[in-house]
Amino acid sequence: MPSPVIQVENLSKYYRLGLIGGGTLREDFTRGVAKLRGQPNPLLKVDEQDHGNRKDGQIWALRDVNLEVNEGDILGIIGRNGAGKSTLLKILSKITSPTEGSIKIKGRIGSLLEVGTGFHPELTGRENIYLNGTILGMNRAEVSRKLEEIVDFSGISEFIDTPVKRYSSGMTVRLAFAVAAHLEPEILIVDEVLAVGDAMFQKKCIGKMSEVASRGRSVLFVSHNMASISRLCNRGVLIENGTVILDGTVDQCIERYLNQNAPRNHSGLWMRKNSDMKTTGNNDIEINSAVIWTEKKSPVYRIHYDQEFRLIFSYKKRYTPYQWTIFFRIIDSMGVTVFTSWSNDASSDFQVREQCEGRLECFLPSSLLRPGVYSITFGSSKLPARKVIESHDLALTFEIDEIGFKMNPGRWGVIMPLLEWVSHCKKS
Amino acid sequence: MYIITENRKLKTIFVKQLPDNYWTEIIKPHGHIFDLKLKELWKYRDLIYLFVHRDFVAQYKQTILGPAWHFIQPLFTTIIFTVIFGKIAQLSTDGAPPFLFYMSGTVIWTYFSTVLTATSSTFTANTAIFGKVYFPRLVIPVANLFSKLIAFAIQFFFFLCFLGYFIWQGSDIQPNIWVLATPLLLLMMAALGFGLGITISAMTTRYRDLVVLVGFGVQLLMYASPIIYPLSTLPEEWRFWAGLNPVAPIVELFRYAYLGTGSTDLTMLGTSFLMISGILFVGIIMFNKVERTFMDTI
Repeated sequence: MPSPVIQVENLSKYYRLGLIGGGTLREDFTRGVAKLRGQPNPLLKVDEQDHGNRKDGQIWALRDVNLEVNEGDILGIIGRNGAGKSTLLKILSKITSPTEGSIKIKGRIGSLLEVGTGFHPELTGRENIYLNGTILGMNRAEVSRKLEEIVDFSGISEFIDTPVKRYSSGMTVRLAFAVAAHLEPEILIVDEVLAVGDAMFQKKCIGKMSEVASRGRSVLFVSHNMASISRLCNRGVLIENGTVILDGTVDQCIERYLNQNAPRNHSGLWMRKNSDMKTTGNNDIEINSAVIWTEKKSPVYRIHYDQEFRLIFSYKKRYTPYQWTIFFRIIDSMGVTVFTSWSNDASSDFQVREQCEGRLECFLPSSLLRPGVYSITFGSSKLPARKVIESHDLALTFEIDEIGFKMNPGRWGVIMPLLEWVSHCKKS
Repeated sequence: MYIITENRKLKTIFVKQLPDNYWTEIIKPHGHIFDLKLKELWKYRDLIYLFVHRDFVAQYKQTILGPAWHFIQPLFTTIIFTVIFGKIAQLSTDGAPPFLFYMSGTVIWTYFSTVLTATSSTFTANTAIFGKVYFPRLVIPVANLFSKLIAFAIQFFFFLCFLGYFIWQGSDIQPNIWVLATPLLLLMMAALGFGLGITISAMTTRYRDLVVLVGFGVQLLMYASPIIYPLSTLPEEWRFWAGLNPVAPIVELFRYAYLGTGSTDLTMLGTSFLMISGILFVGIIMFNKVERTFMDTI
């Protein structure tokens, strides 16, 4: 019988959105006075008890989550953006506290989501190892014991007494990761943040996870990359709208996720519904429709391999003081993002700040994507911080068929571009 | 919907009931309001040390004078005060040498004001780190207390040097037995700066106005405290109100201890002590309350 290391019981987390800022002091005062006089909160809307996932800027980010993690589990947590995965991790790592329910934990939790937290640019590498290590919960003696190992692992021993501000960003990440990797937690939390690092870094993260798990410890892994989830995890949990809807094997969860996730929009056209106000609630820019378009002059689902096509986004925006962009991601059937494109990639001339309605078109070349089914996630975000304004996950689907595909299908690669080759040779 | 309910029911039935002592940690919605988690804070004492170390080392990296700045700042303030308030405005110093009079005020006031300013931005200045990793939030203000204490020690040392110099020159200064009360006075100053600081930091997570307020509030409070004038120069009917300022008796007694001028009004000191305890108490409650959820509102 495996022994549990985490027990989550009826966990709920409630957020009020957009209630900070103008007028709060006055509102708080009104509320406080009413409370003193034993009256109900006068600012509460009439039917505010409603516990639907979201209502008027309020959200139950988690609702009655029950979960048990055993020793040796490598648990993949799957769900869309905003399903509640990150909230769960935040409560687990005590960054914020739950509204209801409880979590019981046995052992130390370490996480690879805080790589480099608290690094101070003026301090040397060595000083930062100590600082970062203690922030993550070690004591100085522990750090001293592992110092040599950490320095070795990071591979920057000759710069260890140089201030971190002189490091390249790669060196900083390596050092930070080396510290995190030597924390030796009983429970390791890995967020998909590791997708930010380079391939080398990701490989190290994944290596570390397998190592931790092989010692009979537990790993909680959050990612949108179904390929790495299915490769690494031995258990899966699917979260939607703040509740666990499936707790089972990894394959079950992935299959369910990919199926329910693509309400297979075969029309090649996405239109905004009035009820579609999910994501952040800030709607400075609203995308009203998205279309996959070819020379046939109508939305399409099926595209030939050798056919060029376009994505057309119609949007309406208010005046925005910031630069913005519309982006999209093409995601293959395994959940791997094939690529991302930003409307400001080429030029930012058309990013007017004034209130307007407009259209953005992106041209995709022929002979690029491997035949198969793809989904598109698109949305808008602020620049330069890339804070997402709204995002529509997997809202469009299309298929690249094999018409015009003349290559040997057995070859490897996420994409299959048709490239130009030139031959130069001399008879000798 | 059916599956969801089904699933949830199954889950609740099969959850193993294990005794609480099996777990090393239980996360619940509300902690006890007076639970200071001092034990946890003690566990993180190494982190406090490293934060103090970081503050001290990092502050003066790439400066020529380095830690000497700790001493230059109050020295120049004292000189300016001596020239403007002593020479130009000719405010009374109760017979003490103006230079020492202003320096004693500045040194102890600086400790209070730096602790207060640094502590009051605990939550706003550390959002990035608080948002990623957990450690007792009180670590940051406590570390502040110590790093400012180092600065105070340096300044205090130079104050003593000047004091010695003036005595050697034959000034009429009488340090007395009250010198022994210095740790207590310092503790009260620390507690006041800390208490006010954490109260404000807890409130700034919702009302950012306070960040602005602290800046000039500290300035105003300095003029309301007997830093550049002795309490005895105030008109009789004002003195009661000035005494309600918890800083006033501390500064006065500090000065009396080293310079022999000023007052040793113990009722005032007692009142101040009670007020500081009250502020500290309120601060801790508020800090505790905000600590758990401020990441959601900041």
